[in-house]
Amino acid sequence: MNRFSGALDRLGRTVLVGVEEIGKIILLFVSVLTWMFRPPFKLRNIFKQMEFVGVKSIFVVVLTGTFTGMVMALQGYHGFRMFSAESLVGGTVALGMTRELGPVLTSLMVTARAGSAMAAELGTMRVTEQIDALSVMAANPVKHLIVPRVIAGVLMTPLLTVVSDFTGILGGYFVGVHILGINSGIFIKNITRLVDLNDIYNGLAKAACFGLILSLVGCYKGFNTYGGAEGVGRATTEAVVLASIAILISDYFLTAIMF
Amino acid sequence: MGAMIKLVNLHKSFGKQKVLDGLNLDIEEEKTTVIIGRSGGGKSVLLKHIIGLLRPEQGQILIDGTDITKLNDRALNEIRKKFGMLFQEAALFDSMNVGENVAFPLREHTTMKEKEIRETVADRLRSVGLTGVEEKMPSELSGGMRKRVGLARAIAMRPRIVLFDEPTTGLDPIMTEAINRLIIETQKNLNLTCIVISHDIRSIFDIGHRIAMLYEGKIIENGTPDELQGSQNPVTRQFLAGSIEGPIRIM
Ligand SMILES: Nc1ncnc2c1ncn2[C@@H]1O[C@H](COP(=O)(O)OP(=O)(O)O)[C@@H](O)[C@H]1O
Ligand SMILES: [Mg+2]
Repeated sequence: MNRFSGALDRLGRTVLVGVEEIGKIILLFVSVLTWMFRPPFKLRNIFKQMEFVGVKSIFVVVLTGTFTGMVMALQGYHGFRMFSAESLVGGTVALGMTRELGPVLTSLMVTARAGSAMAAELGTMRVTEQIDALSVMAANPVKHLIVPRVIAGVLMTPLLTVVSDFTGILGGYFVGVHILGINSGIFIKNITRLVDLNDIYNGLAKAACFGLILSLVGCYKGFNTYGGAEGVGRATTEAVVLASIAILISDYFLTAIMF
Repeated sequence: MGAMIKLVNLHKSFGKQKVLDGLNLDIEEEKTTVIIGRSGGGKSVLLKHIIGLLRPEQGQILIDGTDITKLNDRALNEIRKKFGMLFQEAALFDSMNVGENVAFPLREHTTMKEKEIRETVADRLRSVGLTGVEEKMPSELSGGMRKRVGLARAIAMRPRIVLFDEPTTGLDPIMTEAINRLIIETQKNLNLTCIVISHDIRSIFDIGHRIAMLYEGKIIENGTPDELQGSQNPVTRQFLAGSIEGPIRIM
């Protein structure tokens, strides 16, 4: 009985902490929104973050996109061959990439690369009192540090998703046409037949939501770091784990709403 | 003699740990007040209250008669423009070079032209004994240099009050002496009200016009250096003597 109530107690506590955390992240989002539209706009900071989140992630996104498209073509081919429907490979790769794998894989890669860096950078600034220094100089830390990162996350994740979609389809084309011997014309025709522009748009909208999640979580964890170098490490890990989980869970609900 | 900063009955706890426990202190205008006390005793916490980074659970912090514990962010930022602060590890922005660090408050709060900013930055750096270091990154600087740059940034806007959190901790004796001189000169030249936290017994009598002893969340003594040296309070005596024997418990 005692063990049972102890476990219940722990469960309750965990739920409370989780709810509190989500509430605080939403409050941070509100504060980001209010500061985002208040001039002066720190364009230089925004561009710097866009470069970091976007330009510097292109390579990993191209790599993951290409290989995902390639493996989808391979898997799809073996499945469809049982029904002599190999020609559908092109369409399914394109559909899978644009609606699902493009946005999700890109966001997870950006989380690993940029979301973690946001947590580590802001966490270091917190423990070395640089964030306090900003406040002391009457400069709002949310405006200076978090707004540019969130803008970069929301804008660049969809752009990277476009890259991922495109390279994924290219990878699928390469495997399907050049290795598995599907007719090139049929491969492409099936893409245009199966994929609607709305599939692409909805995929990009999802990516924007994921970009918001990963940058907010990264900034939140970094901003609330405590406990020296160890704390920075913890904040970084927590940011990646929390953002990845949040992306995958919200993916289900966004998909349910959109498609 | 007016007190421009007045702390009244401050209480602050972190969880169960009581850090400030009914603290009262008056800081005199255009003087240097040194706050001494043991490590982990709440000196940094006290300093962060004075500049509004932390809010007390109870009590008042009066800056020129305004109670900052009741202010919203915008009003607090106006008050903060009277302040400069040198943090314990200088807290330079490590994504910016030295020049950009010192220019930061100028770019943030003035409409100065680029050329004017560059001249002001050079002037502030010169007043802390540095020239031609604008392009260096904070990670390339020694501890003493970082503190100097931190001070240059703190005084960039010509504040009336400057707070120093352990300006000499972690420096060698020669650099300690140099930074102490710098504090004394800066205070005199700019007519500053300075609040300095220090452990360094030798320095405090050089730089302090007044010395306040923080112990168990309260200011237990506040007087001139001579008064403190003649103190009969056993806690103060033990602390100044650096002795193991006495009322201060060593964990
Ligand atoms: N933000 C905080 N959260 C929780 N505890 C804190 C915080 N800041 C300081 N403390 C605690 O308050 C006490 C006083 O710290 P501090 O003012 O930094 O001491 P010092 O006199 O050495 O500057 C320490 O025990 C510290 O752990
Ligand atoms: Mg301290």
